[in-house]
Amino acid sequence: MTTHTISAGLGLKPQHFDAALACGQAGLWFEVHPENYLMDGGPRLAWLQAIRERHPLALHGVSLSLAGPDAPDPDHLRRLAHLIERVEPVLVSEHLAWSRIAGHYLPDLLPVPRTSTTLARVAANINRTQDALKRRIALENPSHYLHMEQHAWSEPEFLQELVRRTGCALLIDVNNVHVSACNLGIDARAYLDQLPAAEIHEIHLAGHSADASLPGLLVDSHDAPVAPVVWALYQHLITRIGPRPTLIERDGNVPAFEQLLQERAMAADLLANVAQADQEQAA
Amino acid sequence: MSELTTDDVYYYPAFLQALLEDHCDDATVAALLRQPAFAVYRNTVFKGCVDALAANYPAVQRLVGNDWMHAAALAYARDHLPRQASLIAYGEGFAAFLAALPAAEELPYLSGVAMLDRCWTEAHLAADQPMVESTALQNALVAGQDVRLVPHAATRWHHDAQHPVTTIWSANRTDPAIDPGDIDWQGEAALFTRPQAEVQWQAISHGACCFLDACREGQPVTLAAALAQAQEPDLDVAALLAQLLLAGAFTAFTFH
Repeated sequence: MTTHTISAGLGLKPQHFDAALACGQAGLWFEVHPENYLMDGGPRLAWLQAIRERHPLALHGVSLSLAGPDAPDPDHLRRLAHLIERVEPVLVSEHLAWSRIAGHYLPDLLPVPRTSTTLARVAANINRTQDALKRRIALENPSHYLHMEQHAWSEPEFLQELVRRTGCALLIDVNNVHVSACNLGIDARAYLDQLPAAEIHEIHLAGHSADASLPGLLVDSHDAPVAPVVWALYQHLITRIGPRPTLIERDGNVPAFEQLLQERAMAADLLANVAQADQEQAA
Repeated sequence: MSELTTDDVYYYPAFLQALLEDHCDDATVAALLRQPAFAVYRNTVFKGCVDALAANYPAVQRLVGNDWMHAAALAYARDHLPRQASLIAYGEGFAAFLAALPAAEELPYLSGVAMLDRCWTEAHLAADQPMVESTALQNALVAGQDVRLVPHAATRWHHDAQHPVTTIWSANRTDPAIDPGDIDWQGEAALFTRPQAEVQWQAISHGACCFLDACREGQPVTLAAALAQAQEPDLDVAALLAQLLLAGAFTAFTFH
């Protein structure tokens, strides 16, 4: 599968455009939030196209509000489809979350109760999105902070049912699994072990931080290197499911590009080890 | 485990109320709000808005400092949640908001500076278009034909009648800081264009703004020139036209 031949990638920050463009590391790919490139024209879009000419690119949406009360904004979908035509991304993904209500956009990944009602609504929204974009999307597990008594499904079951109903793929954010597991008191490894291996098309890794004012709460802050415990969970996951395109996300305290490349190399090494182990086992 | 019995659409407006008002009329969502971690969502939503405004109004941010900007941006975001899922153009009304903000009374030029930040952003995000064919335009004008000049999609201009906003804006956006004592305190205007890849800006006169206003309204160039000269009697229209063409301010011309 072509999406599996790309190795470890990096979230692309505007301050790293020149370094990213010049970098020729094998298997390197980049991911951006399409929301930052939905302009009509101009230099940002030209930069992205220049990157795309040298490296595989993935689009990782944060605003379709698939778990929201309304269908995805048709104008937004149209612009996203246009961007997809323009940059031909290797992967397109979104979140199991909501952010839009009554014409307002709330820039966050808000939670929903995982009920049969929300399941049907999310499935319908994924189908609308896949129809409008004319391609399969991958759905990401968000970080959780709240205990919700209303949940009728576990998240792995909910994701698996969405895959069954819509044919979407999964993007598993291992840091989000860890953050959610710590905040809600669930077992991160058991969560990962329940996920359908074949449907996982991409993995995210990122740093988190302890909330400044709430003891014991972890926040998915993307402002630090990937934590050792998350690397261990990642190793656990890819040992079971095999290598997958893996992205290092970094949005705050962004270090020099070379430093991100070093972190990316750690993921690439783990992926290569797993691929080699798989080959030896097959032989 | 209680599955929601009715259509759970009630949940979303209740969650929104909890985010915005810090209380919730719905018992189920009020229980979520009582969890201290609910604050993570409120913080993230407003941080997203505030960060986007700071990114889109960098000269304002530099003028007022991080704390003042944070407070003003937060107040704006509470009244003007984003309408678009893309925040690259968020804050369309921020200049008008600053103009009416009591805390900004001591900074009467702030709203004008914000207007120039907004001009830059709009120029940056606008569609790609060709620049007008100068030779063809010159030929038409030499032949005595009256034409309408169509501003390029990326062209923006703003005139502030009272404050030297171009000087203040550029000092806080691109140039090294200047001594306020060196500023000639009078109205100024600026032009933003995107002739090649990047946004460029230059100071222009009030008459030039009148000329561009008339072009935008679809007036023929002779009338645009007359309106500009009514505002600025000694305006050299030929020199202005050459300046605007060189800046890439127009995408096309049509015959009157």
